[in-house]
Amino acid sequence: MFKTMRGRLITIVIVVAVALGYLYANGIKYGLDLQGGMHLVLEVDDPEGTYTAEAKADHIDRADRILRTRIDEFGVEEPLIQKVGSDRLIVELPGIKDEERAKALIQRNAYLEFRLVLPTTSVDQDFPRLDRAIVAALGEDSVRAMGHVTEAAPSGSLEELLFQGGDTTAASDSMAAAADSLSGAEPEVQEAPADTSEAEGPAAELRPLTGLLNQGDGEGIYLVAEEDLDAAQLFLSLPEVQRALPRGVSLAWGADLVAYGARNYKRLYVLEQDPFMTGDMLENAVANRDPQYNQAIVNFELNRRGGRRFAEFTGQHVGDFLAIVLDGEVMSAPVIRDRIGASGQIELGNSPMEDARDLALVLRAGALTAPLAIMEERTVGPSLGQDSIDSGMIAGIVGLVLVVLIMVVYYRMAGLLAIGALAVYVVLVLGGLAALNATLTVPGIAGLILSIGMAVDANVLIFERIREELIAGRATRTAVDEGFGHALSAIVDSNITTLLTALILFQFGTGPVKGFAVTLSIGIVASFFSAVFVTRTFFLVYLAGKKTADPISI
Amino acid sequence: MRIFSEAHYPFISKRKTAYVVSGVAILIAIGAMLANVALIGSWQNYGVDFTGGSLIQIRFNIPMTAGDLRDALGGTNAPEITAFGSENDFNIRAPVMENASVEEVRRELESEISAAFGEGTFQVMEAELVSAKVGGELQQKAVFAILFSFILTLIYLAIRFEFRFGVAAVIATVHDILITLGFLAAFRVEIALPTVAAILTIVGYSLNDTIVVFDRIRENLGRKGGRKEDPAELVNRSINETLPRTVLTSGTTLAVLLALLLLGGAVIRDFTMVLILGIVVGTYSSIFVASPALLEIQKRWGTGDAKEKKRRRGAAVPV
Repeated sequence: MFKTMRGRLITIVIVVAVALGYLYANGIKYGLDLQGGMHLVLEVDDPEGTYTAEAKADHIDRADRILRTRIDEFGVEEPLIQKVGSDRLIVELPGIKDEERAKALIQRNAYLEFRLVLPTTSVDQDFPRLDRAIVAALGEDSVRAMGHVTEAAPSGSLEELLFQGGDTTAASDSMAAAADSLSGAEPEVQEAPADTSEAEGPAAELRPLTGLLNQGDGEGIYLVAEEDLDAAQLFLSLPEVQRALPRGVSLAWGADLVAYGARNYKRLYVLEQDPFMTGDMLENAVANRDPQYNQAIVNFELNRRGGRRFAEFTGQHVGDFLAIVLDGEVMSAPVIRDRIGASGQIELGNSPMEDARDLALVLRAGALTAPLAIMEERTVGPSLGQDSIDSGMIAGIVGLVLVVLIMVVYYRMAGLLAIGALAVYVVLVLGGLAALNATLTVPGIAGLILSIGMAVDANVLIFERIREELIAGRATRTAVDEGFGHALSAIVDSNITTLLTALILFQFGTGPVKGFAVTLSIGIVASFFSAVFVTRTFFLVYLAGKKTADPISI
Repeated sequence: MRIFSEAHYPFISKRKTAYVVSGVAILIAIGAMLANVALIGSWQNYGVDFTGGSLIQIRFNIPMTAGDLRDALGGTNAPEITAFGSENDFNIRAPVMENASVEEVRRELESEISAAFGEGTFQVMEAELVSAKVGGELQQKAVFAILFSFILTLIYLAIRFEFRFGVAAVIATVHDILITLGFLAAFRVEIALPTVAAILTIVGYSLNDTIVVFDRIRENLGRKGGRKEDPAELVNRSINETLPRTVLTSGTTLAVLLALLLLGGAVIRDFTMVLILGIVVGTYSSIFVASPALLEIQKRWGTGDAKEKKRRRGAAVPV
């Protein structure tokens, strides 16, 4: 295909078409310096004023480091992250397509914990106390007014309350079952009488919380119907209720809704209060798709210390259930079948893969130690200033015109061919930037200037060589062939050396160094193709109409 | 049109002069950096991108553009000005001198803006201390990356050429970086993020230029009798043979950069200046540093390995 002139021309047309396609589909993203972007001001979210100034400064310092990693991995090139004073962060992001996703990524705590699931029996006897605490905190009237007036017969135990009714309403939600590869048997849900009050009399006790709980579908789980969630969450958030919980026990919500029959439920887990391990022992996290259930998962690996702790703990608790808790929500709670080593997985149910990738990313970057609130959101203009960009554009155009003039005046027809090849180079570079979703910034433009220089240089090398061969008395066609052949080694070696440098800068660099490396790499590949292949093809076309001995314009 | 096509300049015999010139330039460069360490506390004049400084948010009650504001605040020397939101709001990131406070920077800006646009035309919404835009690891990583790329360059050139070619190319590149850094230090050019990219560009350009000359030396060495020719003569001939290309390529690049310098506006002026300097130094070093270094290495340590292998390497790669 590369041998014939037609094959070469077709190749060029295809490559240019692909580049234009990417350019049309993705467009070029410009950096903060050239276009501006989204400006966020973040603070430690602390409406109650529980943090000291020093603590806030510490949290912000850590957030600074972690957000850099997160945004970097998210693929945003050259963001701006600046600490303002000691307790605020400015985050500026250029041209983000999905702003909500970016904001979620920034604000997410990503605090991962591993906690032992406790049997519900360990708290059942405490619920009357919790109910009383709620009533005491909110007042009997307001609890009644909320409509959650489930009352229990004075004699009725919680056991009875929870285990009334016999028919199984459990639907086979395979996802939910899969998420808990633990319960062994089909989950059975038995509805507790949620909204009806069956006991009367003044002695009846209000049961605002327990009235909302249904028997769970696994160890240590209660189910709360979707419509009762708000109330249940309100009750559990009361400090009085938190205090009334038995020592060492905490309650945590599941992340997803599960469907049984026509109703959706959320799981409420009974967990040990202290996690036996947290995400800081995480070494790596990768998003994957579970082949068996086709659901998004995140596989994680622990570091050596974490692995030892994990193995030891799981070894001691075979048969127990282990809750994987992310930002306070239980992602899953599988049974511990055996001693587990240094790796595990987090299930995300039906969430899209994008969520799994974002989660893996934030887990790798580390957890924020305090929640962040977005205090201010604005758009910023280009940091270079529109006036500078306008004059830079004019200067760039003048510069290109100068290149065209020099090449055409000096090399005549051959110069024109080179300019044609350079036009192909420009299309390829822009297409390459679009294809890689790279962000163009001033450092990136430096990379482009270097690669344009090398593209021009390659043409100059070739043409000078052809002239030498012509002076040495060779026939036109031979001179052209020899010229390309001899210039090639210099072009190859200088391009490869520069490409190696660019790749290393990409690998180790951050910010502007990386931006430079990306455009330089794209530019070198494009310039090599343009100078060696495109110019040569144009030459073949130019020579096609000539006899071997005809002079050429170079 | 043809330039320098029959050149026979005695570049190599002038190399002693070049050594003196380069040596003095490098000494001045190192001296300037040391002087900066003593006088301003760091070897370069790092800008707010690196040191942090003040962030001052100003709201105008009159229509205002970033360009007008920049002109009022000193044009080329103006701090970074960013349009902020949709109204006439601007963020100014100005350096805070040692022993000065954000308050002083704010007062200074206020008086400058009042002088240009009149009092009461604006309001300072906020004046805060901000951290650097980049972490300290940026430079460390960049330096590490450059050193690592030198090692790869050495290996690559050892395979494609000979080991000494790689050493000479790295020497020339280090020479260019040192002189560029010295220039930045001597004129206390403010180091901003694009400046880092400009220095990297110089590394790339310098290597490219050097390899083109080396390619010709390799080819001439591979010719019949090339190994028997006086090395100095062969190197000099190779430089002269590539001179038209050297002049044309450097000239074209410089023409583009001059256009950027003269028409590109105040903000990218430093950036362009560094590039221009780098191109000049890079072109000089490919002739007067890289090639002589090659000769000196050969004089002291010989050509290295067997001659036969090199002839094969000299062959062009087919496409």
